[in-house]
Amino acid sequence: MSRTDDDIIVCRCEDVTLGEIRRAIAEGATTMDEIRRITRAGMGPCQGRTCRQLIALELARKTGKPVAEVLPSTIRPPMKAVTMGSLAKIGEEDAE
Amino acid sequence: MRRTADAVVIGGGVTGASVAYNLLKLGMRDVVLCEKATFCNGSTGRCGAGVREQWGSKGNCLLAKASIDMFEQLADELNYPHDLEFKQKGYLMLAHTEKEWAQFQKNVQLQNSLGIKSRLCTPEEAREIVPALNTEGMLGATFNGRDGHANPFHVTRAYLTAAERMGADINYFTEVTGIEVSGGKVKAVVTKKGVIETPIVINAAGPWAKPVAEMVGVKLPLFTQRHQILVTEPVGWLLDPMVMSFSIGIYCQQTPHGSLIMGIGDPHEPKGYDIGHSWEFLRDMSRIITRLLPALKDVRVVRQWSGLYTVTPDAHPILGGVPGIDGYLQAVGFSGHGFMLAPAVGQIIAEMALGKVTFLDVRNLDVGRFERGEYNVEPSVV
Repeated sequence: MSRTDDDIIVCRCEDVTLGEIRRAIAEGATTMDEIRRITRAGMGPCQGRTCRQLIALELARKTGKPVAEVLPSTIRPPMKAVTMGSLAKIGEEDAE
Repeated sequence: MRRTADAVVIGGGVTGASVAYNLLKLGMRDVVLCEKATFCNGSTGRCGAGVREQWGSKGNCLLAKASIDMFEQLADELNYPHDLEFKQKGYLMLAHTEKEWAQFQKNVQLQNSLGIKSRLCTPEEAREIVPALNTEGMLGATFNGRDGHANPFHVTRAYLTAAERMGADINYFTEVTGIEVSGGKVKAVVTKKGVIETPIVINAAGPWAKPVAEMVGVKLPLFTQRHQILVTEPVGWLLDPMVMSFSIGIYCQQTPHGSLIMGIGDPHEPKGYDIGHSWEFLRDMSRIITRLLPALKDVRVVRQWSGLYTVTPDAHPILGGVPGIDGYLQAVGFSGHGFMLAPAVGQIIAEMALGKVTFLDVRNLDVGRFERGEYNVEPSVV
């Protein structure tokens, strides 16, 4: 990929471009977690469902490692964004 | 990795990063930092990101106040390309019990005497500061506008990259497995990637401070305890300050990014190294916070995680050396508030390492205070 790809949005939730991912790697990031901590890529409502693979690919390309050897970022619950109003009602039906 | 150093710092969290930077700033030349994972992997990267001066003890107040002075200058001083997301929109501490309200009046008196401009608020005044707040059952609150938030990842990285530019050797994925001491003096640090000869070692290992101290035969009165936390999607402006309650045991702040970070201090949480997460936390947090800030019921939670507090018997850190082991220094046991104290602590530990007089007198925060019985418990902790 050329430098002109730098404006491509990789993480749609947090508006992170491929250029920002490349800059984080150039600044020394070698893992998915480090890139997430620096750029916020993968921290938005979809929690990295779209950008995770794209970032792993870029990291593999830049570090010369196979994608399978790129250390993945931690996947955290909830699996889907849930309102606090719904969470507050957990267990209420059971109690009735 | 270098094989000799003037000092080796153990820990790539905010404390170790600040210590490493300050050692170089004060003129030390050969500083090596060893971190077993990567930056912010222990407590720093998992913390609530709040910074506040409103404490209940002189020691914590002075360390926090000096740190906020430093946070105000940090972006310029460290010449860091990313935003540190430092914001000063205050902390609003809620009082719901008579005991708490009495403690707050004492706290504000102490804080004011130390130059911290906190003030007591009626429930009506609290609502003027946070219009979204449900003040039912509230007796009052305290507010200090200099308190606020900063991004722990970027603050830590800002220290680390500045230290690196000044010549520090920062080593990630480099676990320390031993410290060699001979004739009462530190000689070397042993890592999984080799041995580094050094006359000085600084234990800034956060939750792993206790096992690191055992490498030099020091027993620290510390325990670790999980604290759970969550973050919401970013939403439009909802509230300015951190909202905190000690009797309910919660805190909640909207970050400059728009998301809300919040957590609970669960008194029944067992001691240990568990950093798993529970659905019960999501439920309890949501129930409590939607009572206090009803507008949050329509805001979605995107992520939950947890981190460890490393707690001392008095909820103050342990700073400084240990008699009989020349060259061993520790900055440990921050009891849940290491991030906000790191700027001042970094300078103090660097001054100690270089044999200078520290800019704040922290002799009463040595590890010996517990045996001497000379300590008072910090009352204002979630």
